[in-house]
Amino acid sequence: MDLYAALFVVVLSAFLGYEVISRVPVLLHTPLMSGSNFIHGIVLVGAMVALAIAQTPLEQAVGFVAVVMGAMNVTGGYAVTERILAMFDRSKKQGGAP
Amino acid sequence: MIDFIDPIYLLAVIVFIFGLKGMSSPKTARGGIVAAGVAMLIAVVATAAAFFFPATASLLGLSGTPALANLALIALGIAIGGGLGYYAAKKVQMTAMPQMVAAYNGMGGGAAAAIAAVELLSGSGINGLSVAGAVIGSVSIAGSLIAFLKLQGWMRQRPIVYPLQQPTNIAVLIVGVFFGILSVAMNQGIYLLPFFVLTLLFGILLTLPIGGADMPVVISLFNALTGIAVAMDGFSIQNYAMIVAGILVGAAGTLLTVLMARAMNRSIPSVLFGAFGATEEVGGSIQGSLKPIEPDDAASLLAYAGQVVIAPGYGMAVAQAQQKVKELVDALEAKGVTVKFAIHPVAGRMPGHMNVLLAEAGVSYDHLYDRDEINPEFATTDVVLVIGANDVVNPAAHRQGSPLFGMPILDVENAKNVLVIKRGQGKGFAGIENDLFYKDNCRMLYGDAQAVVGKLIQSLKTV
Repeated sequence: MDLYAALFVVVLSAFLGYEVISRVPVLLHTPLMSGSNFIHGIVLVGAMVALAIAQTPLEQAVGFVAVVMGAMNVTGGYAVTERILAMFDRSKKQGGAP
Repeated sequence: MIDFIDPIYLLAVIVFIFGLKGMSSPKTARGGIVAAGVAMLIAVVATAAAFFFPATASLLGLSGTPALANLALIALGIAIGGGLGYYAAKKVQMTAMPQMVAAYNGMGGGAAAAIAAVELLSGSGINGLSVAGAVIGSVSIAGSLIAFLKLQGWMRQRPIVYPLQQPTNIAVLIVGVFFGILSVAMNQGIYLLPFFVLTLLFGILLTLPIGGADMPVVISLFNALTGIAVAMDGFSIQNYAMIVAGILVGAAGTLLTVLMARAMNRSIPSVLFGAFGATEEVGGSIQGSLKPIEPDDAASLLAYAGQVVIAPGYGMAVAQAQQKVKELVDALEAKGVTVKFAIHPVAGRMPGHMNVLLAEAGVSYDHLYDRDEINPEFATTDVVLVIGANDVVNPAAHRQGSPLFGMPILDVENAKNVLVIKRGQGKGFAGIENDLFYKDNCRMLYGDAQAVVGKLIQSLKTV
C-alpha cells in the first residue's frame, strides 16, 4: 500500500467523521456513541485475517480471542444501538395519545 | 479470480458513512444503524468467502487458503462472541445501557490489541503500526472495563487518587511502550508480555481517578481510541475498510466526546486529570434543615397546582419507576394539571439516556423539555417533583468554590414548591452535598421512587 495514498485516506476520513456528525442533537449522543461503537466492530474482519494467518498455537489462541471480542463488539454494539433507537420509534407512534 | 473483496469493502465503507450520517438525526437514526448492520454483515461474509479463493485471500495478506483448523476456530469464535454479545445486549435493562456500550467498546479495543499481538508474534504486518494499535487497543479495553465496573457498581465510583498519580501513570506507559519497541527491534516475542501488562495497567490507572459522573465522556473517549486502534491495525495489515471505518469513528468519537463534555460544562483535561468529586468542598456549610413531607400532603400540593414539572434522574430509573411516573402524569392531567418533564442533558448516566428511559415508559415527546427551554418556566411553576435526581438540580453549581461550579443545572429552586423523592439521605453521583434539599420551599419524600410515586397516585384519588 502506498503510504501517501493511505495518509490521504486517513486525513479525508478524519474530516468526514467530524463533518458527518457535527450537528447532532444532545438527544442522540448516546445512540450515536453506541452506533459508532458498532462501526468499529469492523475490527472483526481484521481479527478473522489475523486468526487465518496464525501458525503457532499461541498465535491461534490470541487470534481466537480477537475474533471472539470482535464478534461481541459487532453483535452487542448493533443490538444495543437498535434497542435504544427502537425506543424513539415507539414513543413517536405513541406521541399525542393520552 | 477477480478481486471482489475491495469493491465490497468500499461499498461497506460508503454505507457506514451514510449510516453514521443517518444516526445524527432523529428521523433517520434507525435506518442508519440498520444500513450499517447490513454493510457489516456483507463485509464479514465477503471476508470469509475470500478465504476460499487463494488469489483473493492473498489480497488480505494470506498466502493461500488458511488451515482448516483456523477456519473452524474463526467460525467458532464468531458463534461464541456473536452469540454472547447479542444475548447480553438483548437481556440487559435499559438502565444498564451505558455500561454495555463501555463493555462492547472494550471488546473492540481488545480485539484490536489481540490482532496487533498476532501481527507482532508472527512478524507480519508493519510492526511500528502494530505496536501503536496494541498500545491504544490495550488502553481502550482496560479503561473501558474499569468504566464498566464503576457504572455497574461493582467498583467504587468515587475517584481513586494516590500521590504522584500522573507521573506514575506516564512512567508506566513509557516503560510499556519501550518494551513494545524492544520486542520489535530485538525480534523477541517475550518482551510482548511486559508490553501488554504495562499498557493494560496504564489503561486501568488512567481510569481509576475518574469519577462516575464523568464516565460518559470517558467512554466516548475510549470509543474514539478504539476507532484509532482499529485504523492502526488496518494500516498494519493493509486493510482499507478498517482504516476508513476506524478513523471515521476516531474523528466522530472525538467530536462527540467534546460535545458531551461541553453539555456537562467540563473540559477533557479536567475530566481525565481532575479527579472530579474526590475532594470535599471546604467551608461553605449549608444553612437550614431537611424537611420531610407525607405523601398525602404532597399529593394535595400536586392536585391543586396549575403546572407541575417533573425533574427525573437516574434514581427514578434504578427504582424502575418510569411506568408509575407515567401513571402519575396521567392522573394529574385528568385533574387538569399541566405536567412537563425537565430533562437535563446529562440526566441519567449519559446524554439522552433519560429520553430513552421515558420513551420506554410511553411518555410522549411533547412532554419533554430541554434544560434551556424549561429553566425560565420554573418561576411560574407551582410544584417541581424531583425524582431520583441530585447533582443536576444542585444550586451549588452557581456558587464559586463548589466542585460543581459552572455546571448548567435545572433551576428548580425557583419554583414555589419543590418535592424531592429520594431513597435516603445520601449524596449524589458526584458525592457533593445538595443545597437544594435545605431550602425553605423544599420538602423531602423518602423512600423507593416506585413505592413513593405509587402512594402519590393512591393519595391523588382521595384528594
